[in-house]
Amino acid sequence: MKKLLSIFAVSVFAFAANAGTLDDVKNRGFLKCGVTTGLAGFAAPDDSGEWAGLDADMCRAVAVAVFGDRSKVEFITTTGKSRFPTLASGEVDMLARNTTWTISRDVNLGFEFVGVNFYDGQGFMIPSSLGVSSATELDGATVCIQTGTTTELNLADFFRLNGISYEALPIETNDEGKENLFAGRCDVYTTDASGLSSTRAAAADPGKWLVLPEIISKEPLGPLVRHGDHQWGDVVRWSLNAMIIAEELGVTSENVDAQKSSNVPEVLRLLGVEGSYGEMLELAPDWAYQIIKQIGNYSESYEANVGPDTPLEIARGLNALWTQGGILYAPPFR
Amino acid sequence: MNDITETRKPPVATTGILGWLRMNLFSNWVNSLISIFVLYILFQFVPWILNWTIFAADFKYNFNGEEIINREMCSRVLDPENGGACWAIIYVRFYQFMYGFYPREEVWRVNLSYIMLAVAVVPLLFDNFPFRKHFLKFTYVFPVIAFFLLNGGLGLESVSTNKWGGLLVTLVLGCTGIALAFPLGIILALGRRSNLPVISMMCTLFIEFIRGVPLITLLFFGMVMLPLFLPEGIDMDGLARVLVAVTLFQSAYMAEVIRGGLQAIPQGQYEAARSIGLSYWQMNLKVVLPQAIRISIPSIVNTSIGLFKDTTLVIIVGLLDLLGIGRGALADTTWLGLAYEVYFFVSLVFFIFTFAMSRYSLYLEKKLKTGINMGAD
Repeated sequence: MKKLLSIFAVSVFAFAANAGTLDDVKNRGFLKCGVTTGLAGFAAPDDSGEWAGLDADMCRAVAVAVFGDRSKVEFITTTGKSRFPTLASGEVDMLARNTTWTISRDVNLGFEFVGVNFYDGQGFMIPSSLGVSSATELDGATVCIQTGTTTELNLADFFRLNGISYEALPIETNDEGKENLFAGRCDVYTTDASGLSSTRAAAADPGKWLVLPEIISKEPLGPLVRHGDHQWGDVVRWSLNAMIIAEELGVTSENVDAQKSSNVPEVLRLLGVEGSYGEMLELAPDWAYQIIKQIGNYSESYEANVGPDTPLEIARGLNALWTQGGILYAPPFR
Repeated sequence: MNDITETRKPPVATTGILGWLRMNLFSNWVNSLISIFVLYILFQFVPWILNWTIFAADFKYNFNGEEIINREMCSRVLDPENGGACWAIIYVRFYQFMYGFYPREEVWRVNLSYIMLAVAVVPLLFDNFPFRKHFLKFTYVFPVIAFFLLNGGLGLESVSTNKWGGLLVTLVLGCTGIALAFPLGIILALGRRSNLPVISMMCTLFIEFIRGVPLITLLFFGMVMLPLFLPEGIDMDGLARVLVAVTLFQSAYMAEVIRGGLQAIPQGQYEAARSIGLSYWQMNLKVVLPQAIRISIPSIVNTSIGLFKDTTLVIIVGLLDLLGIGRGALADTTWLGLAYEVYFFVSLVFFIFTFAMSRYSLYLEKKLKTGINMGAD
């Protein structure tokens, strides 16, 4: 369906396509970012058709870093199965698709995870009427569990470690798990904590459901790029880091202009007033200033998309800064 | 003398509504039981569904008269006992359901294409349409016009297919798949019955291979493997790759349907055509195929409806068709949990299209009297 003419044109200039991803993106005029087909809080189209969410903000931040314009991004929807081929074939420049950083994906599939923009982990959700406050009290419970996933294995491990028994009710999709739990066919539903939050938010009466405090697996979710293009990897990595550092330094989209005359050296470096970090990345000197101005710092993005004030009500937890009890930590900006 | 008995009216129980009821619903006690049971279910179900979908439903405003902009304002969330469907999610996102992320200032191009699709297809469907011949000329050029209109080019701004979505994608996939698969299917069917062993073997291999794998596999094949076969530097559009997969899939099924029709044509028809000196193509185009296709109509429509519904599988490769847009809407934190409304709407749209297709097939069958005294009469 693609215009024949452009296919000919592209084939003529095919030899020129071997430049770095950053140059490709600059020449194209917009970023191609792979996101989910719709996941509450991470990436979903809003009523006007704009993509919104934590991952969508990640894409926009990179677009802002390169172009200084948050609209210079095209969102390509990918599924759990199609995401890796799509990235590998160069159809997207980066993935911000709620993807867990694992050794096999990092090493074997030939991708580079540039950081973590959300620390997730498998949790449990129960009706509050069950009167249970810890997952270790769930002896004999019926658990709704998606078959063929790592969550299934984690669940078995957790119950065996704690010497308690459970009965599994196998399900295929998140929707199915939701319906079974709400209908009382299982006592417990287990999946990633962020998924539990959206399940809870979709309930007729969210107050009747409880997400237990235990998190039984590590699911660090982050943006990733193709192996081998370190310049481009750096751009994505530091776009994420800039948002985290901005939160650390208290720079927000509101006060960023005032902060330009701050007396904190790292703020000045971050906003491009001092140093030549933009030049090193082959970006504009004020790239990080623009990210904070147009997208906000990490906290702003978190609060707007998944935080306690949204229907998802996900507390910062692990995703708080390292100075505030979480593990969010970015290398220094110098 | 007067041995002609006067004419009496038929018994009351065999005429009018009562007669109809007795004939159709209560002819014996088994049927009566079934009828009572079905009526009971209908009485239970129909008022409830009407109430939920229409009378108690919110369209744009909730029962307080406020315009609904999120899930919390829906009557059925405010008052789970009495509230009906909350159609506001459909109302607010209607644009997305119809066009996906197509730029708003360019959307006239999609609308124009929809209108032209109707102008191109309706005369094709009804042979007593006035000035049909002239309209049909337009039908032939329509795909080209629609391609440039939707995709851009010739002075129109290019709109990447990544921005297409909703009904637009469903219709593009469905219409293109059905339209391209039909001629391909005919060629494959003729090829499989050919006397030339190479052609027959190739067609058989192709058909059996495609029919032997699920559509999802073909979609992945199109999405992941097709680019590997193309020369480096040529990136084929995602939608185009899916279209290739869908068309190949559909053409294999179409070929088998038409082959079924071809086999039903008596040998005498072939011999008669040959004996008056018709060539292979003349024989097939003028004598055999018109009859074969006529008897295949129900199956052709059947596979076409199947394909139209199968297009929802493209969400697996990341294209947002009508269903995909619906699921995207459900993932928006503003509207979390309104699954019934979205799925109801999507099924309604699919039902309208597939029902129209099946009614048209019935009309054709009646008009062409398929299946009665074929061939030899």
